Amino acid sequence: MRYREALNAALREEMERDPDVLLMGEDIGVFNGAFKVTAGLLDEFGERRVRDTPISENTIVGMGVGAAMTGLRPVVELMTINFSLLAMDQIVNHAASIRYMFGGQVKVPLVVRMPQGAGHQLGPTHSHSWEALYLHVPGLLVAVPTTAADAKGLLKSAIRDDNPVVFIEHEYLYGQRGEVPDDEDFTVRFGEAAIRREGSDVTIVGISRMALTAARAAKTLSEEHGIESEIIDPRTLRPLDLDTILTSVRKTNRLVIVEEGWPHGGVGANLAALVQEQAFDDLDAPIQRVTGADVPMPYSKPLEQIAFPHEPQVIDAVVATFKDRP
Amino acid sequence: MTERVAPSTDPSELPEPDVAIEWLRTMMLIRRFEERAGEMYAKAKVGGFLHLAIGEEATIVGSTRALRDQDYLISTYRSHGHALARGSDPDRVMAELFGRVDGLCRGRGGSMHMFDLEKRFMGGYGIVGGNLPLAAGFALASDYLGLDEATLCQFGDGASNQGTFGETMNLAALWSLPVVFMITNNQFGMGTALERHSAVTDLLRKGEGFGVPGMRCDGMDIADTYKVTTEALKIAREERQPVLVEAVTYRFRGHSMADPEEYRTKEQVDEWRKRDPLAVFGDQLVQAGILGEDERETMDRETVERIDQAVAFADASPHPSPNDLYDDIYVLGDQVRGWYSVDERTPTPHRGEDEHGMDRADLPQSAEHAEASGGDDGGGAAAPTPTDDAQRDED
Ligand SMILES: Cc1ncc(C[n+]2csc(CCOP(=O)(O)OP(=O)(O)O)c2C)c(N)n1
Ligand SMILES: [Mg+2]
Repeated sequence: MRYREALNAALREEMERDPDVLLMGEDIGVFNGAFKVTAGLLDEFGERRVRDTPISENTIVGMGVGAAMTGLRPVVELMTINFSLLAMDQIVNHAASIRYMFGGQVKVPLVVRMPQGAGHQLGPTHSHSWEALYLHVPGLLVAVPTTAADAKGLLKSAIRDDNPVVFIEHEYLYGQRGEVPDDEDFTVRFGEAAIRREGSDVTIVGISRMALTAARAAKTLSEEHGIESEIIDPRTLRPLDLDTILTSVRKTNRLVIVEEGWPHGGVGANLAALVQEQAFDDLDAPIQRVTGADVPMPYSKPLEQIAFPHEPQVIDAVVATFKDRP
Repeated sequence: MTERVAPSTDPSELPEPDVAIEWLRTMMLIRRFEERAGEMYAKAKVGGFLHLAIGEEATIVGSTRALRDQDYLISTYRSHGHALARGSDPDRVMAELFGRVDGLCRGRGGSMHMFDLEKRFMGGYGIVGGNLPLAAGFALASDYLGLDEATLCQFGDGASNQGTFGETMNLAALWSLPVVFMITNNQFGMGTALERHSAVTDLLRKGEGFGVPGMRCDGMDIADTYKVTTEALKIAREERQPVLVEAVTYRFRGHSMADPEEYRTKEQVDEWRKRDPLAVFGDQLVQAGILGEDERETMDRETVERIDQAVAFADASPHPSPNDLYDDIYVLGDQVRGWYSVDERTPTPHRGEDEHGMDRADLPQSAEHAEASGGDDGGGAAAPTPTDDAQRDED
């Protein structure tokens, strides 16, 4: 099953399971979704539960917040993560803060789905990777599924959770296939990292699509450099399964973090701080970060390709952790 | 610059005597509460920003009295009066201003962020225009669940320039939601006069292009405000047609406590003060023989005593414990078992716990906390406060 079909199955199953789940978003109904994640759901569930909205990101997210406060479990789709900035006010000032600022009187069981990622030559307004922006915000949960199974299992958990969830999908991953359990009770719990490959020499944490890039790099590293990598996909960034990462680092004594987003204030910057605070003595080399280039995403194909990480950069970063230092 | 003064309408028909007296009492409660809040601010008992609604009492009480218990009310950062009108305990509203644990929001929100779920007062919000989408969301939930509820959403003349205004009008009309939007047109957005911030100054017309018809009420006249809001709510409920109501009013005090009011003349303020809703409505009741002058004075004295009590209550209420700092960020459960599962910064306690000498053994040690907080049985959290919280959330 493809990643997008897995998401579709999660939505369908949760809508069948809970009549209070409804979908809102631009072109999710008649058009079947900009990335076809919601294909067929309008026909199946009707206009009451699958709502095409006008192009009003802040307001559709805000309506989701309001509806979540008063008993529903809305799932709002934003066409890309870039457009989510128009809804930043409702996501950060409202969804994330309301429970806290009102002293715990209400909850906001809202899911806001959005895809990110470069590689389709969409330029600087459609291609960014911003999990770090949402990771920054207390009150939100943040999911970054990589595999089809995780896409399904995490989305189901997100819908059932009573907290606002920013659910970050990846445009490249939509077409990727993977084994997905049919079981309607299959869910993936937030806060549990997946170890994609075991290895004793270096820990590589890969976020979203970068978990796949890291896995390919690991193959080359093993074959050509004799380095065995342990690949960890955190799957959710809030909550973060730091323990799995620390346990791995204590074993391998080396850490490389790979993400598609910008370097400054990125996921890797944060994670590197956490790891050095708690496992400094276990590190045999400085932590390496592989990130997207510190530029708005260019349109030009060759420029875009060098603006986000590929295997060679991951391999170089891993090898660097083995360099003798003066 | 033309100065807009609401026309002095003929005193609208008075309601039944007991209703009229309740209206007056509630307007008085808000007035005396606001005055005292201002004093407490001067004494530094209240921090942050304090926005008073003195002058706007008829708009607040007239419109909220058009609501039924099951209807939702949502407002702005200028909403002590909305909470009081909706029936929130003045003690707890004052305690919230004082930032104390017995405040409506346990001292988390302060003046700008009141909220009382029990009274279906769905909050004051500090983001101008941020509350409109939420209101449409409440109305969506009511509609979706087939419940006989309506939402009244109040915001200022300045907020009508926000993007959410147009977006929300359009969506509410498109989806036929039972919501009434009320612009509390007090003539200014902070120091910017209506004529200087809005190209269209007949604010009731601002919804028309989005499919939301407008009505206007005299926001200094409680009976007129009640009548128009009642009509608007009826249309919203029965015809599933959102309505925009412009309540023409005026705030007698500055925008907030830190406002030298250089943007308006004393003459303008004095002109509007002649229409003071509390004085005018009180006079009306006395003239109509509904209330004796002495009874009005007694009512005022009782109101002041009620506020004295609220201040005493607020002052006696403790400040939140530093241990509360991390409460209620999340609904705790199987996936989020405590704040520490989302803030992994350090194995040592966060400030607050440390200062309060909590037993370190009770605190999560980052590397071990996953084991400590256990397997699938959830709960079992290591830190006492979040566990308590998880229990509270189980209802
Ligand atoms: C998004 C946003 N921009 C600016 C402010 C600062 N601000 C607070 S109140 C206010 C004026 C709002 O005027 P209006 O909507 O007429 O309401 P009023 O204060 O008159 O009740 C401004 C600019 C804010 N709180 N939020
Ligand atoms: Mg105003």
